[in-house]
Amino acid sequence: MASLLGRFCRKLVVPGSAHGSRMVSTTACDSEAVKSLNLHSAINQALHIALETDPRSYVFGEDVGFGGVFRCTTGLAERFGKNRVFNTPLCEQGIVGFGIGLAAMGNRAVVEIQFADYIYPAFDQVKRVFPTLEFDFSTAEFLIRGFNSQIVNEAAKFRYRSGNQFNCGGLTIRAPYGAVGHGGHYHSQSPEAFFCHVPGIKVVIPRSPREAKGLLLSSIRDPNPVVFFEPKWLYRPAVEEVPEHDYMIPLSQAEVIREGNDITLVGWGAQLTVMEQACLDAEKVLDFIFQLKDNWFKVSNMGLELIMQEGISCELIDLKTLLPWDKETVEASVKKTGRLLISHEAPVTGGFGAEISATILERCFLKVKSLRFNSSRRD
Amino acid sequence: MAMWFARSRNLVSILRQNLGLSATLIKRNHSSPRPVFTNYQLSSRVFLDPSTSFRHESTAVETQPDLVQQSDHEDDAQELDFPGGKVGYTSEMKFIPESSSRRIPCYRVLNEHGKIISDSDFIPVSEKLAVRMYEQMATLQVMDHIFYEAQRQGRISFYLTSVGEEAINIASAAALSPEDVVLPQYREPGVLLWRGFTLEEFANQCFGNKADYGKGRQMPIHYGSNQHNYFTVSSPIATQLPQAAGVGYALKMEKKNACAVTFIGDGGTSEGDFHAGLNFAAVMEAPVVFICRNNGWAISTHISEQFRSDGIVVKGQAYGIRSIRVDGNDALAVYSAVRSAREMAVTEQRPVLIEAMTYRVGHHSTSDDSTKYREADEIQYWKMSRNPVNRFKKWVEDNGWWSEEDESKLRSSTRKQLLQAIQAAEKWEKQPLTELFNDVYDVKTKNLEEQEVGLKALVEKQPQDYPTGFHI
Repeated sequence: MASLLGRFCRKLVVPGSAHGSRMVSTTACDSEAVKSLNLHSAINQALHIALETDPRSYVFGEDVGFGGVFRCTTGLAERFGKNRVFNTPLCEQGIVGFGIGLAAMGNRAVVEIQFADYIYPAFDQVKRVFPTLEFDFSTAEFLIRGFNSQIVNEAAKFRYRSGNQFNCGGLTIRAPYGAVGHGGHYHSQSPEAFFCHVPGIKVVIPRSPREAKGLLLSSIRDPNPVVFFEPKWLYRPAVEEVPEHDYMIPLSQAEVIREGNDITLVGWGAQLTVMEQACLDAEKVLDFIFQLKDNWFKVSNMGLELIMQEGISCELIDLKTLLPWDKETVEASVKKTGRLLISHEAPVTGGFGAEISATILERCFLKVKSLRFNSSRRD
Repeated sequence: MAMWFARSRNLVSILRQNLGLSATLIKRNHSSPRPVFTNYQLSSRVFLDPSTSFRHESTAVETQPDLVQQSDHEDDAQELDFPGGKVGYTSEMKFIPESSSRRIPCYRVLNEHGKIISDSDFIPVSEKLAVRMYEQMATLQVMDHIFYEAQRQGRISFYLTSVGEEAINIASAAALSPEDVVLPQYREPGVLLWRGFTLEEFANQCFGNKADYGKGRQMPIHYGSNQHNYFTVSSPIATQLPQAAGVGYALKMEKKNACAVTFIGDGGTSEGDFHAGLNFAAVMEAPVVFICRNNGWAISTHISEQFRSDGIVVKGQAYGIRSIRVDGNDALAVYSAVRSAREMAVTEQRPVLIEAMTYRVGHHSTSDDSTKYREADEIQYWKMSRNPVNRFKKWVEDNGWWSEEDESKLRSSTRKQLLQAIQAAEKWEKQPLTELFNDVYDVKTKNLEEQEVGLKALVEKQPQDYPTGFHI
């Protein structure tokens, strides 16, 4: 596992940035200044811009004052003051609830949950739905007890239940998610599927520094509450040329970051790094089976016989926004290739891949040659 | 208690100066028990210039002279230095007892017979204000009765009364300014009534018709009105408390002369959000008034099964929050307490906790029959002998401000108005189907548009499966 991550880290190619693939994700023209930034610096830049452009915006959460445990909030408190950038008590439901209150009064509240693994107490402020739920899986064990209401029951429904008299659209919840190698049960989780089941919020996951800056600014400025998951694995090692100006990448627009004809691969966040490498290898068909067996990331829907063929031309799509997601782009791609593979870190049962599979199958039933769930999937 | 009175005297004199209260404060010299803090210690903190930023000052630890021996000698240090400040030490191992020998007393102004208790501190209420307060308490009673009956008749799906808590509802609302932002639990429609929400508007929400501001989406009693600064009720308990801290902070940052006011029941204080809300409000020094209606019951759970503390008021100090326990069935006491708390919250930019003791005379809701878990005698006792409306009525009548004729006129006209409102609301058409899909996001997303198209097609294809009058 660590060796695999190490392999990727040594030559971390940001997905969509090499091999002549289309770069349609930014509005930067060549003359705009760019800077080589890693993911946490790009996010930091986005936060600086957000606070600068809206005097009624706030950044808060545990330990954000000194710069945050992942350095995403460095310099903000010094620049904008402790009234706008501050530490909160250790209480996720309080952080999100407080943020909802601020947002309901017309402010932008960009809250940080220190790890996505700890977002559950805020779930209700985002749902007191599940009293106790226990999953016992080898790689992603977690216990969910007594969800509290802020995200699901409050933020998501604030506008709807009030007949649009009130809203907390100014709320953005940022949280690092995903495997990092040494994180274990409670610093590695990928909980996006829970939130994708909640109408009223948006769920956004960037794949790289440049994407993260643009998507975060869009999320902060979107008039709906957004949950923004940042792939912590990429915070330091992913480096990219990031435009220095204020730019936004639209939400709910997927991007084809690699064109191909034989198969459509859909993913988001850090997993795209793995998938892009898989695309490269599929075109060469070098030790592909070996890699899959050792790869603990959850790869699903791949027919083994595909691997045997030579020179598979892969079309890779970054979904970016999971809720609401861009069905049209994926559908168009699958109608072209006839095959779909979805890969995500989260446990496969009930994972977001299931939603994509079901929808695409419904829309492209006659065109799909291969959409199989076989033994390579894991929870 | 005396500590609070000392504050209130300072407070009332400031109020008189700043707010032009012309009436003389009714006060007497009373022998007070030894205060925990001296007046000097208190007054130095009570009124600070609101424009001063004192984010990390007002929570400084007050030293208690009788516990700490001040000493300059280094090797004779009588204090220990830890993060959070100095603490005195003791070599006597002594646990703080789980409860005080004496429960925190309850602030009260009117006795059960509607007479002002001698030596009471309270903020006087004019005839105009008192009559309006009484009228609204009686209106709330009539409204509760008629809507409850409407549910029993099957005309609305659900209802929840505030019987027994009319004083808390109306007197607290009367003590606030219209700019104060209210985040209710669900048993505070009187606050909205006070602010001008009409009986017709209440009825529209209960019937979920086209005129409902909530667009027919929520169960009855989930009122909300941005015009009246009353956040929409949501069923989950206590979620509004940390939100109130955020609202208070927003008002603080905007330097508004307003505070957040939020309500919770005794049961709700067991929720994690209670802890989160109070802690955040204290740390952020947000102007929030937390009002806990301790009515003895959380559906069928008596408070003896809810907590082991001396009610809610003792929890305030644990968060560094100034607190008071008040007789929630005494409209004058509630008025004074909320008025003072509100002024403290705004001028000192701090949260305040009020525990209003009362009794839930009605069932939890129309889905509940409380005789299944409590004695009918107990309910009857509180309904008849400890009725907050009757108690205040006596005081208002004794002052010559209200007569039996006024009473019957008010009750019959309110009843008539309500019946008309219900009839009208019932006839009013419901929201069109398209409202199911609006406001999930600010702008309808593609998937919602598709779903709406699909549902419309289904309704057109199978109209027999949908109620008559159901329209797209």
